[in-house]
This record gives sequence, C-alpha cells and structure tokens, in this order.
Amino acid sequence: MEWEIVIGLEVHTQLSTNSKIFSGASTTYGAEPNTQADAVSIALPGVLPVLNKGAVERAIKFGLAVGAHIAPRSVFARKNYFYPDLPKGYQISQFDLPVVGQGALTIQVEPLSGSGKPTSTSSGQAYEKVVRITRAHLEEDAGKSIHGITHIVTEDGNRITTENGDYLITEDSFPRENVSGIDLNRAGTPLLEIVSEPDMRSAVEAVAYAKTLHSLVRWIGICDGNMQEGSFRCDANVSVRRPGEPLGTRREIKNLNSFKFMQQAIDYEVQWQIDTLENGGKIHQATVLFDSDKCETRMMRSKEEAHDYRYFPDPDLLPLDITPAMLEQVRATLPESQQAKQMRYVKLGISGEDANILTASREMAEFFDATLASLLKKGVGTLITPETPSAEIYAARLSNWLIGEVSAQLNRDGLDMAQCPITPQQLGGILKRIADGTISNAGAKEVFRTTWVEQRNFDVQFTDVSAAFSVERVDAIIEAKGLKQVSDSGAIEKIVDEIIAANPAQVADYRSGKDKVFGFFVGLAMKASKGKANPAQLNDVLKKKLAG
Amino acid sequence: MSLTNADVQKVARLARLAMTEAEIESARSQLSGIFDLIAEMQAVDTKGITPMSHAQDLSQRLREDKVTEADQRELFQSIAPQVEAGLYLVPQVIE
Repeated sequence: MEWEIVIGLEVHTQLSTNSKIFSGASTTYGAEPNTQADAVSIALPGVLPVLNKGAVERAIKFGLAVGAHIAPRSVFARKNYFYPDLPKGYQISQFDLPVVGQGALTIQVEPLSGSGKPTSTSSGQAYEKVVRITRAHLEEDAGKSIHGITHIVTEDGNRITTENGDYLITEDSFPRENVSGIDLNRAGTPLLEIVSEPDMRSAVEAVAYAKTLHSLVRWIGICDGNMQEGSFRCDANVSVRRPGEPLGTRREIKNLNSFKFMQQAIDYEVQWQIDTLENGGKIHQATVLFDSDKCETRMMRSKEEAHDYRYFPDPDLLPLDITPAMLEQVRATLPESQQAKQMRYVKLGISGEDANILTASREMAEFFDATLASLLKKGVGTLITPETPSAEIYAARLSNWLIGEVSAQLNRDGLDMAQCPITPQQLGGILKRIADGTISNAGAKEVFRTTWVEQRNFDVQFTDVSAAFSVERVDAIIEAKGLKQVSDSGAIEKIVDEIIAANPAQVADYRSGKDKVFGFFVGLAMKASKGKANPAQLNDVLKKKLAG
Repeated sequence: MSLTNADVQKVARLARLAMTEAEIESARSQLSGIFDLIAEMQAVDTKGITPMSHAQDLSQRLREDKVTEADQRELFQSIAPQVEAGLYLVPQVIE
C-alpha cells in the first residue's frame, strides 16, 4: 500500500551581525571560551537587552526576499526552560507576533540519480515546486555545553580535548568527574528561525528546499551559511499518512548539520515509521537525533516529557515597530535575485546549467556582471579591431573562462571568489586581447596565470604597487612575455612560402586530396613563428597558398 | 477558578521550585485568587481594542550593530563557583 511522506523544516540561520542580538559583545566564531560573554550574555542581575538594528534589518531582508508580510509591529517573548547554557532561565524569542509572516520559496527538485529508495516519491524527472514559509522569527542563541570532558591532557600538558574541540587548561586540577563545561560565547548570537509549512513530500524535496534556502540567505548576505560552525541548522518534522487522510503523528529530527545527513536521516525515519505502522504499531510524537555513524534516528525525548515553555511577552523589551521608511531602506539593499540573474544569463545565450554555476554564489555572478560590463564599455583596453564581438559572444567566452580557468585556479589555491586575485577589468582586458587577435587562447592563459600569481603575492612581486590590479598590467605582461601574435600578413606569407618550398611531397599529397596533411603545415608554420602566428590568419594564408 | 494542588505542583516543577505541602496549599489559594482576577478582566468587553504587549505604549529603540563590549572574563569568573579552561563548570548535564 502507498504511503505519503509529509515533511516540514525549521531552519535556524545565524545572522551575520558583528555584535549580539541584545548586547554589544562580539559574535566572532572560534574565540577562547567566554571571552565574548559579556554581562548580558551571562545574565548578570540588572542587565537589560537592547535590540540590534543589524539583526532586524537582516530579518526584514529575508522577509522581502521570500515575498512575506513584514509585521509592522512584532513582539519578543520569553521561552522558559532550564539548562546551564541558558543562564537567564529563558530564551528571548518571538511567539505569536513574529517579525516575518507568510512567504514562499520556489525550489527546483532534481531527484538523485540511482537513489532507488522505496520512500522516495520522485519519479526521476526534475520539477519545480513552491514551498510555503509559515513564519520567521528573531531569537537569541544559547551557549554551548561541553559534556563528556574526557580528561585527555595532550603532550603540551595544558589542553583538554573534548568532542566539541580543544580547550586551554588554566590550572592542572583536571580531571574532575561529573562536570559539564559551559561556554557562553554563542549565547545571544542572533538567529532567524525560518519555519516552513509541511509541504515537502520526499527527502529529496526537503533537501532541495534546505539547499535553496541556504543559497538564498547567503545570496542576500544575512548568514554565512557555514554548516560546520552551526550557522545553518535544520530540524525536520516528519510524518507519513495514507494519501488523502489527515496528517499522521510527526517526529522531529533535531540538528541536521549537513544536506547528506538530512537525506539519510529522513529516509531512515520514514522507513522506520512505515515499518512501525505496517507492523501494527503507533507513532508517538517525539524528538529524535540522527546518529550519522549508525545512520539511524534515535529518540531524544518523548512529547509527554516535552517542555511547557510558558511563553509570555518579555517586559524588558518594547514592541518592535518597523516603519515603511525602514522597510524601503532595507528593500533598496536587496541584490538582484538569483533567479532574475539566471534568467538574464540564459537570455544572453548561456545554458541553464552554466547559468546555475555562475549564480551559485553572488560573488561569482557579480564578477561575471562586472567583467561583461567592462567588455562592452569603450575606454581603456579598447579593441584595436573595429569589429566588437556581441554581448552574447563575450558572455559565452566569459562564462567558459569563469567556469573553467578561473574556478580551477581558485580551487587549486583554496580561494573563494571573493579572494580572486584578478579583477573583472583585467579578465575583460584579456578577453579583448583574444578578440582583437593580439594573443592566442594559449597566450591568454599564460597572461592570466602570470597576472594571477603576481597579484596573489603582490607584496612580493611589485615594487610599484600602483601597477598591480590595473587593466594596463595585462598589456604590460603580453609585451614583457612576447605573447603578441604575428598578425602581419607579410610575415605570415613569408613563413608559409618557405614551408611550401621546403616540403614539395606533402604539398603534392594535399593537392591530391589528402586534407589531413593540412595540420602538418599548421604545425610547421606555428613552430617557425615560435607559436606567435595568428591562427585564423595563418589558416587563411595556408589554404590560399596550398590551393596553388 | 479553582486550582488543584496538582496544578500547583506542576507549575512548581516547571519553575524548579521545591515546595512543602503547606506551601502548596497556600500557593494554591493565592494563585486561585489571581485566576479569579483574570476571569474578571476577561469578562470585560474588549472588542475593537488592540491588545497591548507592553505596559508602556512605546516602541523598541534599536542599537547600531557595533561591538562595544571588551573581554571581562577574568572579572566575571572571579565570582563563579567553579571555572576551568575558561569554562564555567556545572554539575554534569546530559539530556
């Protein structure tokens, strides 16, 4: 019998502010424990929260990006529970009046090839789907508890290793039994919790939604998306039912910190629920954890023991009013959407697949835009030839360079696009020099790599720093490396004449119809010109002369 | 509205309060009184009135997103019962 899978996701995105949501403590990741835990973070008596404008702006930005209603007035509430990494005894969150209301996210679902999971409803065909977003609300993160301190003292004798990382020991009084360590650096870090409707019908759809959301929050610059550091954490609510019946009882899988684990955890959980029901069992509402080693979900707590959070409006915080002026201010900072950029690229003749790659990060897309703009602009590095390639031709060549050479170099050097040592204007300059025949493709790669390397270490390479990163540098390198192609027709004709005179047998072969010999002549001519002959021109001259 | 002792015990457990039988009894009658007051307020016709979420009719002021707090770990940890490796130590908690 058939089962329908129902999945909703709750995603905690850490907002990329400098300071915490309710205090001026730093949010930098990886600091020594508790060095970023100020009086508000550790909840000393008498402190008061003051809301961070940067966090509010990021929440609005997200709301606008998913077409959601932004509440003109929203309210902060206390969510009460006891845990040592929550020193106030409550988390400041939002409850019945969140800042972001209903919105929607369009996802592209591309079923994994070869995933023959029985739980997967996907039929192997890519499709588009709209997932409704219920709400998104602002809240503070809790601190970190370091359990199971293993008392391992490393060789230098002053660090302890725990499953959560290394910590410096200040005294030598370890080991100590039955303690947990509390690091409150993360306490008070702003989070935007994004809640979806239970609209997803397979693990594949859930992953597609999570990936789209992940890419969106990075695109609009509200979250760095670093899943290892916990900047993007997903909880999945999973249930199964017979098609057409009311929703089944759900179980919540907590803390899925990779897309791969999300897929595995949901697949396992769905199969477990189906097996349980088909064997006559019942599903009880519960919170479960995914064990990635055993690849199974395990119960963390049942809902009977579930927390009664006793939400109430936080008297320390006044309602948050978002004025139309503030809304418009934030709207003005929204970048062109990823989808709009993709469509624009496809209109330029770039394939859908390549458009996806080019818009995988905003940095890459902006590099593409800036380079194309420089190519179509007159001025420095203008083409020598009167004929300018069309925007489509340049776009295609540029796309090839970015996806090929530029990406390869970035990978090799372990850099991301934001750290690309070459400017869009310089890449534009190189492409112009190919277009006007100054350099060959091979020559262009050499110019590119030379520019790349010297600018990556530009402190060392340049005595005159002003020369670095300029578009003139491209021409200077072409000159210095002698990469200019020979486009002087007289010179090329002379080379060709000499070759034809020296190889009468091959000329006769060619004239008797052996076209393959042509390559032999090209090779010789290139060698004679030390690789500098303009290939197009050389071909023309060769064909003409060989024809006799 | 009349609360039972079990209601009081539940609330006390959620608030991590240890209460004696006598305290529960006295809290029960006091809390019941508060609920009576709430019932009285809920009987008032408030149709068309926007609910307030704060006693003051003002809106939240926002702070610029700047780091203003320096590290004061040493000072804060000087009053903590137990610290180690920069961590605050608490009795082992595993959920």
